[in-house]
Amino acid sequence: MSSASASAAPPSLLHRLSTVLYVRPKLLLILLLVPPLLWLGVIYLGSLFSLLVQSFFSVDDFTGKVVYSPTLATYAGLFNETSLGVIRRTASTAAVVTLICAAIAFPLAYYMARYAGPRAKAVFYVAVMLPLWSNYLVRVYAWKLILAKEGALTWVLAHLGLEAPLDWVLTTPNIGGASLGTSMIGTTVVFVYIWLPYMVLPIQAALERVPRSLIEASSDLGAHPRETFRRVILPLSIPGVAAGSIFTFSLTLGDYIIPNLVGSSRPFLGQLVYQYQGTASNLPLAAAFAVVPIVIMAIYLSAAKRLGAFDAL
Amino acid sequence: MRSDTGRAKAGWGLTAAAWFGVLFLNVPILFIILYCFTTDDRSYSFPPPGLTTRWFGVALARDDLWAALGLSLRVAFISMLIALVLGTLAAAAMFRFRFFGKETVTLLILLPIALPGIVTGMSLRAAFDLANLPFSFWTLVLGHATFCIVVVYNNVIARLRRSSPALVEASMDLGANSFQTFRHVILPNLATALLAGGMLAFALSFDEIIVTTFTAGNQNTLPIFILKELSRPHNRPVTNVAAVMVMVITFGPILLAYYLTRDTQDTAGSGK
Repeated sequence: MSSASASAAPPSLLHRLSTVLYVRPKLLLILLLVPPLLWLGVIYLGSLFSLLVQSFFSVDDFTGKVVYSPTLATYAGLFNETSLGVIRRTASTAAVVTLICAAIAFPLAYYMARYAGPRAKAVFYVAVMLPLWSNYLVRVYAWKLILAKEGALTWVLAHLGLEAPLDWVLTTPNIGGASLGTSMIGTTVVFVYIWLPYMVLPIQAALERVPRSLIEASSDLGAHPRETFRRVILPLSIPGVAAGSIFTFSLTLGDYIIPNLVGSSRPFLGQLVYQYQGTASNLPLAAAFAVVPIVIMAIYLSAAKRLGAFDAL
Repeated sequence: MRSDTGRAKAGWGLTAAAWFGVLFLNVPILFIILYCFTTDDRSYSFPPPGLTTRWFGVALARDDLWAALGLSLRVAFISMLIALVLGTLAAAAMFRFRFFGKETVTLLILLPIALPGIVTGMSLRAAFDLANLPFSFWTLVLGHATFCIVVVYNNVIARLRRSSPALVEASMDLGANSFQTFRHVILPNLATALLAGGMLAFALSFDEIIVTTFTAGNQNTLPIFILKELSRPHNRPVTNVAAVMVMVITFGPILLAYYLTRDTQDTAGSGK
């Protein structure tokens, strides 16, 4: 030690600190990990915990004030036919939206990953990202313009002579309405439109990662391209689909603005949360309703994890 | 028999499906631009009865629009800075170390975007109520920075995974200490990923509405301004003009983020 430092200047403070960190990697790990964990732990987990706490409080029927003592009475409000109906409708819409997103996104992502040249790929990438980063509200609003009774889609359908099928669809109970803009079909279309990029990008990333050599090997071993697709490419893209579905499912589950602006008057889960914490000023009930998507997503995430979704994010 | 020279041609069905996806994603945006110019300010009649440019003047004269834009920019900038620091630290820790509970930490980082925005928003709202914290600029930042961390984290960890560990080893072998290695080897390698992550975090915050409505109180960010404007029966095209403004502001960062990260498939020094 003395012979090494005798000829050179004594090691600087930074250098010694560097050595300490190198010798004690645990210290470095703690220094790196503590700030983000502190933020997420205190602010995010703390908030989630407050949500849980609030949901066990209740509102006094007479004064309308929150009673800060634990009770299960608020949760009882979840288990009536109306609330369960809202939860069922929201979850099934999220599932339908996820399936439609996957169906539209897969060919697009597949084309991007396997067939588009570098320039075409750049164009496609921007075409997928542009709506993603355009203002969410405004894109919802665009569909309000398109789906309105006097709007563009009705105009196009009328010029194609398709008014009769449109009217027939709109009179279908549960999914129909006075116009497309005030029907469940409209809500679903807008959900699909808004969340589609979240499905395209992870699928595309998963497909890009499929090594070319695997596909060549499959074809060398005599597989028809269709068989290669079914037995090599498709299984390897499942983590991407699962990752995308986390976004589409979760985002649909918690959105209250889309069904507010485009759709029928039957409420979604998110709308109830927003109403109860706002105009109805029943924070405990709002909190209890917000716990529902957490439970649904916990189940969903554990399933998605098994499909390898977390490695494809 | 497919040769590996040149690219295979896609079938017409696949090509059509891909283009359908792209058109479906982008045609609605054209309507926003078209309706900036309509003379009809009460309904959504198509085709527009006439065209005018007066809405740009009307919108730009609105002080509340400028105030909302200013607030959104400030919140997005501060949230981006916080997310950059915390996201990078988390990515470095998760890339370099294996430790007990690592999977739980991954989940914790992903959770703010994996759970619906309404859960994050409602949780913060519940916490502010319990803590007696009044709504302010900082309640907005608390929410936004939390869900921006993961964007930076994803960009940085992706870059770290693609960069070659040999570079770091070479730097250390040549006598650099950890800080010098970080400054001269790791940071230049990360720079574009940081910039891209920061840009995306900025755009994400700038655009956010759901968490924001729970943490804003009576403050107006640009998305809240647009939401309120949507329920006004008159001057509807003002909303469209505000929307086009947002698109112009966020389009630059996205393009930049794209150009910064597109070449990282084969990072310098990586074997494959």
